[in-house]
Amino acid sequence: MSSIEFRKELFADERDDDLNEVGKPTQRQDILGHVTGRSPFFDDHLFDGLLHLKCVRSSHHHANITSINTSAAETMPGVVRIIKPEDVPVNLNTMLSIIGFGKDDEALLQGRKVAYKGETIVAVVAETELQARNAVKAVQVEYEVLPHVLDVEEALKPEAPVVNATYPNNTFDYHDQYDHQKLRFGDTQKALAGADHIVEGEYQMSPIEQAPTETCGAIAAPETNDRYVCYTSTQALFFSLGISAKLLDTPSGRLHFIGGTVGGGFGGKVDSLHEPLALLGCMLTGKPVKYNFDRAEEMQVGAPRGAERWRIRDGVMNDGRIVAREFTGFFDSGAYTRLSSYAIVKGTGHLPGPYTIPNVSSNVYCVYTNRTPATAMRGFGITGVDFAIETHMDKVAEKVGMNPIELRILNAYRDGDMKAHRRLAKNCALIESCQVAAQKADWAIRPEFAAMSSLRDGGGPRAEIPQTIIDTEGRIGDRKRGAASDTAPSKNGTLSTKAASTIAPVSASQAMGQDVKNIAGKPNLMPGVMPDAPQPSPLPAVQPVAPPAPQSAPPHVPPPAPGPAPAIATPASAPSLYQPLPQSSPPPAPPADSATPPTPEAPTPISPGASPSAATPATEPYRPSEPFSRGTRRPGASPFVSGTRRR
Amino acid sequence: MAKTPVQFTLNGTHRAHFVDGGANLLDVLRREVGDLSPKYGCGQGTCGTCTVLINGEPHLSCLTLAESVEGKSLETTSGMANGPDLHPLQRIFMESFAAQCGYCTPGMLMAAKALLAGNPNPTREEVIEGISGNICRCTGYEPIIDAILQAAVELRSGRVA
Amino acid sequence: MIAVETFPSIDQASSALTGDAIYLGGGTLVMRALNYGEQNFTRIVRSTDPTLKQIAASGDRITIGAGVTMAEVMASPELSFLAPVARNVGGPAVRNMASVGGNLFAEHPYGDFTVALLALKGSVTLNGGGEQEMESFLSSRSGFTEVVTSVSLVRPSERDFFWKKVSRVKPKGISVMSIAAWLPQSGGRISGARISFGAMGATPLRAKSAEAALEGQGLDQSSVAAACAAVRGDFQPPDDALASGWYRSEVAPVHLRRMLLGEGGR
Repeated sequence: MSSIEFRKELFADERDDDLNEVGKPTQRQDILGHVTGRSPFFDDHLFDGLLHLKCVRSSHHHANITSINTSAAETMPGVVRIIKPEDVPVNLNTMLSIIGFGKDDEALLQGRKVAYKGETIVAVVAETELQARNAVKAVQVEYEVLPHVLDVEEALKPEAPVVNATYPNNTFDYHDQYDHQKLRFGDTQKALAGADHIVEGEYQMSPIEQAPTETCGAIAAPETNDRYVCYTSTQALFFSLGISAKLLDTPSGRLHFIGGTVGGGFGGKVDSLHEPLALLGCMLTGKPVKYNFDRAEEMQVGAPRGAERWRIRDGVMNDGRIVAREFTGFFDSGAYTRLSSYAIVKGTGHLPGPYTIPNVSSNVYCVYTNRTPATAMRGFGITGVDFAIETHMDKVAEKVGMNPIELRILNAYRDGDMKAHRRLAKNCALIESCQVAAQKADWAIRPEFAAMSSLRDGGGPRAEIPQTIIDTEGRIGDRKRGAASDTAPSKNGTLSTKAASTIAPVSASQAMGQDVKNIAGKPNLMPGVMPDAPQPSPLPAVQPVAPPAPQSAPPHVPPPAPGPAPAIATPASAPSLYQPLPQSSPPPAPPADSATPPTPEAPTPISPGASPSAATPATEPYRPSEPFSRGTRRPGASPFVSGTRRR
Repeated sequence: MAKTPVQFTLNGTHRAHFVDGGANLLDVLRREVGDLSPKYGCGQGTCGTCTVLINGEPHLSCLTLAESVEGKSLETTSGMANGPDLHPLQRIFMESFAAQCGYCTPGMLMAAKALLAGNPNPTREEVIEGISGNICRCTGYEPIIDAILQAAVELRSGRVA
Repeated sequence: MIAVETFPSIDQASSALTGDAIYLGGGTLVMRALNYGEQNFTRIVRSTDPTLKQIAASGDRITIGAGVTMAEVMASPELSFLAPVARNVGGPAVRNMASVGGNLFAEHPYGDFTVALLALKGSVTLNGGGEQEMESFLSSRSGFTEVVTSVSLVRPSERDFFWKKVSRVKPKGISVMSIAAWLPQSGGRISGARISFGAMGATPLRAKSAEAALEGQGLDQSSVAAACAAVRGDFQPPDDALASGWYRSEVAPVHLRRMLLGEGGR
């Protein structure tokens, strides 16, 4: 067995070492069933007269369906029912509609235009699996083949075929305004211009199939009282229940979902493709129906972790400090949205990685291509960009001739630093992690780096929010019209677009206070018609282009700003800086400001309609006596909530 | 539809069933016999979750023509425990965190049992070879390999009940 | 629906193999097709004839019944030179099922065992006694309608036979390529070199340029270098999920060299 080593000397004074479970092996409660072969997976429920459902799938990446002929299949031995697109009560959905995010863009059975190879067109229900398969082969689908696009950047070109009619620009629409998710913090262009080195890199990840040993599937059967039972392999039981109720146009109370025993999921069993179709088959035949992927379907049709392409552009000083970092990211969502739109929100909130960089910008695109739709997989939204960031850190180290571990320690978040999404860093441990990793790997680091600590030399000037330059480039439709020339933030000077007249520094409070609903509700306040009103600027007009070096940095690093800078800006100058999020009520949003994109971490975009009463009133900003705290020590805090964590 | 009679012993019990033409052993064990311990994972011989022992040797039940086991002796994970007493492999799999989702576990146990029957003192490499036909997506295999090696020690020392 | 017909003798089975019938050996190909609804047959014909399990040596050749499994190859003292080849087929369960006869029909990228048979001057024996040389059999196997009862091959001396399977997953993985070579030597010179590759084309194929480069030479750095240089021209390998054709072409010389001069193979 691999052993876990606890380094309890780190941050020892910040916790009570009285844990009863953490650090001690605990057996799974279902382990006895596993080793005796008795754990009840979805397919381990026997029904007399079980029918089998198999699907007719698109043989093209992109094609109009001109006809579907099922007459030969209908008379084949054992065939009980053929389910066509028009048999689905509500044949359009998007997964996150369950929480009110995104537009319905995907049919359960596609009858008009297929947008990826393997897309489901018709379902056949038969007495045996082989009979169902034979009948599937007998269904005749005529196609008018369309040009397809399989590369994310090809899909952004004006002439690219439209993959998904709901999103005719081949990008997910963020906040009904932008074809990408933006992050703007400081002024990357200015900082890049002043950097000693520019380090660029491009990183490409492939789609990855979760490949659980149990393929995705469900069995639906009639129950008493006009209800249906559904045994399913889903990882997201209530997602699957809600989606099934929506597609079948039936009260969820009629659906009795039983799951929880999942033969490996890893994110691949969230998409709820099987439950609605098994239930529909059951409703139409009155018999128990099983629908599961075979292994070939699991690999071809089962949604993978999406491919990602990342370009990173760093401004680096000779001493290794990264003063600017710019990202251009493309998530390959495949033909439909599923969860990629959310993955990007998550990924953008993760930028620029665990490093204190005072100028950060990113444009991240959720792009539709004629590939299998992508979905969740272990850390999706983070894993790919972390790979890119950490590979890039090594590239930066090489460029400035620095030990890569020391480079990470030098740039790491320290407690009290301001992160690019305008939160104070707390509970930082990257420096310590690097130190332990170096020690374990016999990787020498200089004594001053071995002595650094996440607890020291953070905050101060590093806690300031720089003046942020915000652009309005990349509005929905710009790209298709050929009006957006490039995808990278810095390639599109903010003065180069029509929105130039509205470009103005926006205060942190405004950026933080922006509300998705607020923006979405005023779509006609376009930049061109907005007055060039002077912008309120509660912060000092000082824009740190370079991060103040930590005080214990090596001698050749310039000293930090003189004097004991206040750990935080005073409430009088920036009252909303430390307000807890999500925001309760929309802050005053002057018209000129309403075109401002929200920061990714400001109100959680997937729940724009969050109840105001659930959040702390904005009129009572949280003003801790210290800018942050660790562990459970904050007086009055729940012992189960760490420090100033959002509640 | 014509059905063919087939008789065999399963975990020591005599069985007689009528099977469809072309039916595979996995479907017959699960649907006709009701032994749900072997699992479907691929239907093509790549994952090993359907592994059962036929005359003591591991076979993939999804690729075995059901009527070809006429007169043979079959073992599945359902038959490993002796009443309430788990087989050492089962107990050590439990204790060693050698199962997470549990889906590959019955096939893995069958492969391990066959391995130790033929080679009571395997090297680590031989254990890896012995379970090379069984895919586990959760554990990373190390706890499974450790468990099999430990079970080999216990079985050799006669600690078995 | 599917009908299964089981016969005690291979002659009877062969007579029954008409129309839309298929012969079932170990089952790993036929049952897979059935599981995926890719069957183009309605009858399965099989035989329990014990001759299908025979292994018989005669002169410098050895005959292996078509029903002999990979596990049985590994267990046979007479076939010890083929044990590393059989061990590279599937995992233990597959090896208890997969037969020598079935391997002849396994499509790219499977069929590693047949790669070795091709190098070892193999031939197939059909029911009724007809014999077909391996290369011509492989080029026509897709429409094959007869029953193969056994394969025959030379028994190489241990130092003349080389084997290497290249796969990304170990110990059980699908072939990026597999390589077999039979390089009999007389007086320090190679005479009758045969080198075959799997997963470099639709069927196992011989590397005739590489063979020619070794013919009449000693097995040494320079002759192997010449063979490796020549082997690039022997194949137009396919792209698949495991490797691109370009990659296969690029690494074929590397693996040939390693097999002949270094790690693995003997």
